[in-house]
Amino acid sequence: MNHPAPHPDRHNGSYLFDTEAFSAWGLLRLRQKLEEGLPLTPRPYLALAEQTGLTEQQVMDAVRHWQDQGLIKRSGLIVKHRTLGYRANAMVVWDVPDEQVSELGRALAAVPFVTLCYQRPRRLPDWPYNLFCMIHGVNRERVLGQLDQMIASHHLEQIPHAVLFSNKAYLQRGGRYVSNS
Amino acid sequence: MRLDTVDQQLINHYQRNLPVCERPYREMADTLGISEDEVISRLAVLQQQQVLSRVGPVFEHSQAGASLLAAVAAPVEQIDLVAARINSAPGVNHNYAREHLYNLWFVMTAPDEDTLDERLDELEHQLKLPILRLPMVEGYHIDLGFDIDWDALP
Repeated sequence: MNHPAPHPDRHNGSYLFDTEAFSAWGLLRLRQKLEEGLPLTPRPYLALAEQTGLTEQQVMDAVRHWQDQGLIKRSGLIVKHRTLGYRANAMVVWDVPDEQVSELGRALAAVPFVTLCYQRPRRLPDWPYNLFCMIHGVNRERVLGQLDQMIASHHLEQIPHAVLFSNKAYLQRGGRYVSNS
Repeated sequence: MRLDTVDQQLINHYQRNLPVCERPYREMADTLGISEDEVISRLAVLQQQQVLSRVGPVFEHSQAGASLLAAVAAPVEQIDLVAARINSAPGVNHNYAREHLYNLWFVMTAPDEDTLDERLDELEHQLKLPILRLPMVEGYHIDLGFDIDWDALP
């Protein structure tokens, strides 16, 4: 007598997308709904299930699967720092010799008050900077002090840089990769 | 904006690791020693107050589709108008004024690279301003879920 195969490990592999029970449409719709945020009702995953034609269990499995895969990098309360009083947001950009940029990027990423750090291409002659650091701070003086501290501790005196404070947020929301028109 | 201790604890505990279970808000409530109803109503108020943009997942850009950071040098007297046009372009999710010749900085996303290029071409055409296109080459630290320094806030 045939027994059904054991249930595959839900945290492993791509069975999720091979199972007929998961409609591709439902999963796409779930992605869209998740990008808008979790409903604030006692059973939010059930609410999402009802909106996507999946079951509550399937919704939770899909979310866990995307977390394990790294497609979802964190799940939680998404804070608007400006409302809380983080009024000084500085994008500090550096023109680092190409052979040093990865090493310096990793070093600056470890500085506690650096909230984002990445390499982007130069666009000469308009844009000579290839390393970006973001500092979310409470006020301008404090941020400039933090920057001075970083320059001194990482010996960046010779690396040309610019500080672009943000003075207004025209738009701030989560990335909507599948749900925008 | 000053938040009370319970709101601060909610944020301290749950900028990440939101429970994935049937009653996630009840689990959060148990951790904080308050009721499920209170968790839900506090989250709703924090969203209304614009302290939170939402509760839920942050998708990894490189896996979730195409995105890049872009900038334009808008004439200062037209900056609000240019910003509004950028905001209404498809796929734009952040748009900040910054103190620089390149004074508007925005992030645009799309399902794939080709669509992203088309959208930028279209926007460039509308704005009649060249767009600086800066895709990510390598990320060293990309996570805005840092611990809030409550004591330093006004």
